[in-house]
Amino acid sequence: MKAILSATSAKWLGVALFLLLLAYLGFASLVFGIVETSWHTVIDAYTQFDGSNEHIIIKEVRVPRVLNALAVGICLGIAGTLLQSLTRNPIADVELFGLNAGAAFFVVVAITFFGISSLTQFTWIAFLGSAVSGAIVYLLGSLGRDGMTPVKLTLAGAAITALAASARHGMMVLNEKSVDEVLFWLSGSVGGRKLEFLESVFPYMLFAWVLAFLLVRPIQTLLMGDDVAKGLGQRTVLVKLAAGAAIVLLSGSSVAVAGPIGFVGLVTPHLARFLVGIETRWVMLYSGLLGAALLLAADIAARFIAKPAEVPIGVMTALIGIPFFIYVARKGLDKG
Amino acid sequence: MRGYLTLRPGKRFSSFHLHKKTIWVTAAAALLTFAAAVISLGMGEIKLSPLDVLKVLIGIGDEQSSLVVWQFRMPRIFVGFLVGAALAAAGAIMQGVVRNPLAAPDILGVSGGASVAAVAFLLFFETVSIKWLPPVAFLGATLIMFLLYALAWKKGVTPLRLVLIGVGLKIAASAVVTMLITFSPFLLQNKAILWLTGSIYGVSWSDARMILPWTVGLILLAALMARRVNIQQLGDDISKSLGSAVQRDRFFLLLICAALTGTAVSVGGEISFVALLAPHIAKQLVGPSFGHALPLSALIGAMIVLLADLVARVAFSPIDVPVGVFTSAVGAPFFIFLLYRNRHR
Repeated sequence: MKAILSATSAKWLGVALFLLLLAYLGFASLVFGIVETSWHTVIDAYTQFDGSNEHIIIKEVRVPRVLNALAVGICLGIAGTLLQSLTRNPIADVELFGLNAGAAFFVVVAITFFGISSLTQFTWIAFLGSAVSGAIVYLLGSLGRDGMTPVKLTLAGAAITALAASARHGMMVLNEKSVDEVLFWLSGSVGGRKLEFLESVFPYMLFAWVLAFLLVRPIQTLLMGDDVAKGLGQRTVLVKLAAGAAIVLLSGSSVAVAGPIGFVGLVTPHLARFLVGIETRWVMLYSGLLGAALLLAADIAARFIAKPAEVPIGVMTALIGIPFFIYVARKGLDKG
Repeated sequence: MRGYLTLRPGKRFSSFHLHKKTIWVTAAAALLTFAAAVISLGMGEIKLSPLDVLKVLIGIGDEQSSLVVWQFRMPRIFVGFLVGAALAAAGAIMQGVVRNPLAAPDILGVSGGASVAAVAFLLFFETVSIKWLPPVAFLGATLIMFLLYALAWKKGVTPLRLVLIGVGLKIAASAVVTMLITFSPFLLQNKAILWLTGSIYGVSWSDARMILPWTVGLILLAALMARRVNIQQLGDDISKSLGSAVQRDRFFLLLICAALTGTAVSVGGEISFVALLAPHIAKQLVGPSFGHALPLSALIGAMIVLLADLVARVAFSPIDVPVGVFTSAVGAPFFIFLLYRNRHR
């Protein structure tokens, strides 16, 4: 299939258009909501802050929300691309891989048993959870002669998710006090999170983005198969470990900021490949942009669907992503 | 054939080989399950010795023990028995149809469908009697099975598509449940979470009466279909060349599986991994023939739920831990072991 944007100049033009789209969505996210404001109010909130409701909402709620959605969206898009390339599995995603569930489980344990609510600790616990469950799913999914098959990976992910979920539920039944706190966090949202959450993990996110783009060439080689890559002199284990580390940082830090949000990483690489073809660096760049746009848009929609209540954004992305997942599963995996 | 008794009720529709070893193993499992039930009946706030329990069961126990056994504990244990048996039978059917030893109704979203229906019911129909919860959960399980079947259909349903789409539906179901719970008032949240973890706390004789006919009827129906499950396991090509209506059989078997899951989930909530675990143990003991493995699976499922519930009741007393926590604590490592052992498939 020929990509829509085949010339390099067209691809850069696409990036520019995406940045415009993100700016527009960010603006819409600042202005629209239960309390409607205007562009002037947004500027005034920073230039002539008068302590009015609108100004406080913009500074304390809307701006953090936009920044969270942007950062988390980019992370999830890139993580999805890395995962799908690394496993050569078109239906890989942080949710299906059990990374979200593992991080969520570890965080709930921390809240319930150790009363931890400090941001820095939260982050490390989420990283640890992602890493542990990701490693288990990866190992289980690649056992055996025929190596990693989509079915094995999916089942391994489902089992780890089921285990984590039931242990989590058990803890929540035993400790009713933590239910509210945990539930709020578990349903996944970019709203209601203070800016400090993002600030504390942003360095890790940035590091992972850079790492991901440094890995573009080795991953492109790895996509030809382990044997070919080894034959070309690549240290495949090293590349895989680095990619794994990037994935853990990306998913762990987005879980720490916004709770478990699935399926963004599943959808975006497919859309990106549709737009720019199969070259990994473009796919990665576009996945990040698409992820940010998708999350911003989903977050705006989440405010209006069940007004005045808000649909958790993790639920939104799952409900958008699952039809897509089913489409890919029906279309692409008939050979197995 | 030596070592077999052949039965053919309804000639063309079904036939059984009664394998003598299976009969012995199944009888032993029945005895063990009974023993587990007797021990569980005696444990709790008021302790009774197994002998006292037996006396009560044959009608010569004292009044207080009789009250404790028949009114307080028996409904819960009886329901645990039925729920475990139904889940295990559903799992046995699904593993046969999907031809993947790791498939189970809770992993492929069937229980999830029941959960969505039940939580929505708790949330939106607060004033309607809780008695309607089971049929609602039942409906949810059946609907999602239809959905799974329809989405996996593409000139027939293949096991691979069933697994992938089932996992997708499972995640969709949990997303919807999360949304419903976040929207509900605090009191309902706790109720819903308890139900989602799987718990047979506070069940009554009326629950037992409600699911008894379904459980027994559906397991019998599954047993009558045994021959068809065996054929399904051979793979589509061989089954077709044997003259089997593969797709039609698959559809009916999945329907029975959904109904059994719905029955169990309606009173017990999402008790995970029993449907996966029990058929495996049964097949290890008596071999893969569905007719042999089904009754034994049901008994083993019942035993797992009974024992898990016993631990859940007694270990952290006075807190009643949901039984689902223990079934997954045992089930998940076993699942991982299975993945490892089936690595060459």
